[in-house]
Amino acid sequence: MSGDMRDIWVYLAREPLVHLTLTLAAFQAGSWVYRRGRMNPLLNPVLIAVVLVVSGLLVTGTSYDAYFEGAQFVHFLLGPATVALAIPLYRQVEKVRRSALALGVSIVTGSLAASASAVAVAWGLGASRDTLISVAPKSVTAPVAMGIAESLGGLPSLTAVLVILTGILGAMLGPWVLTLVGVRDWAARGLAIGTASHGIGTARALQVNEVAGAFAGLAMGLNALATALLLPLLARLVL
Amino acid sequence: MVFYLTLILACQLAGEIVVKAAGLPLPGPVLGMVILFAGLMLRGLPDGLARVGDALLGHLSLLFVPAGVGVMLHAGLLGRDWLPIAAALVVSTLLTVAVTGLVMARLNRERGPEDGR
Repeated sequence: MSGDMRDIWVYLAREPLVHLTLTLAAFQAGSWVYRRGRMNPLLNPVLIAVVLVVSGLLVTGTSYDAYFEGAQFVHFLLGPATVALAIPLYRQVEKVRRSALALGVSIVTGSLAASASAVAVAWGLGASRDTLISVAPKSVTAPVAMGIAESLGGLPSLTAVLVILTGILGAMLGPWVLTLVGVRDWAARGLAIGTASHGIGTARALQVNEVAGAFAGLAMGLNALATALLLPLLARLVL
Repeated sequence: MVFYLTLILACQLAGEIVVKAAGLPLPGPVLGMVILFAGLMLRGLPDGLARVGDALLGHLSLLFVPAGVGVMLHAGLLGRDWLPIAAALVVSTLLTVAVTGLVMARLNRERGPEDGR
């Protein structure tokens, strides 16, 4: 690299622009592959984008903190987007009202199934205590899951990663499982994906069907509430 | 456009303030969603707000990329515990989707076939 080029790179590396562009470009590439693959859930655009960005950072020797300086502008929009989930919910309010009881029972069942099965499998295979606590709230939306993990003595940043992986898995495999067990109703499909895989599942449900998207968003919010209330109680009984 | 974006941010801010003040076990934006929903029930959905909301939600998956890249911070622990972690995530996620979907479909069916079945 010539001296001038190095000066330009050193300047750019400090600016948020490079990593913001990298994030958007990686997601564009992921979306392109997803569309070319006829929206096959296995070609999840978030997963592809994460792999591309991590590869880019490792190759250039960039730290996550330096990357986040730029990526935080995208990350910030998660908050307003969560608030905006009230809109699809409002559009489906009649359907939600009609099945309020079914909805509550399903979400509490799902919340317990998610935490209990994750901890049981990880414990059976000899995971460390840090991992066990961090994996318990993995189906809950990231900010709440991190809060739960912290209050139980786990590692919040590990929980954030497990939450994202769970979201990607649910978005990839959830539709297939639902078809396999014969759940065709869009409300039930959305609710199941939103309970198991929070915002990433909701993002996928919104793309497929508005009813599913509304129920997924609602399930994400209610599962966060249910798990935040139930998990500390259960942990006290078990630990 | 700017007005409705401001409205969304104001709901989030109100949510954050209430959560912190009352010590609720919820993230501020989720309570912000409840606040916006209450407003929609009272006043209906203006076109401008629908456009801003749909623009935000149309690219919802993009917004998870920065947090997902955080996977590189935990390469060590993930490498040591990779089998229990992978098994726990896959088994639990599939089981949760199946159980929640089946319970909801069963209970919804008992309430009546009004959804065209």
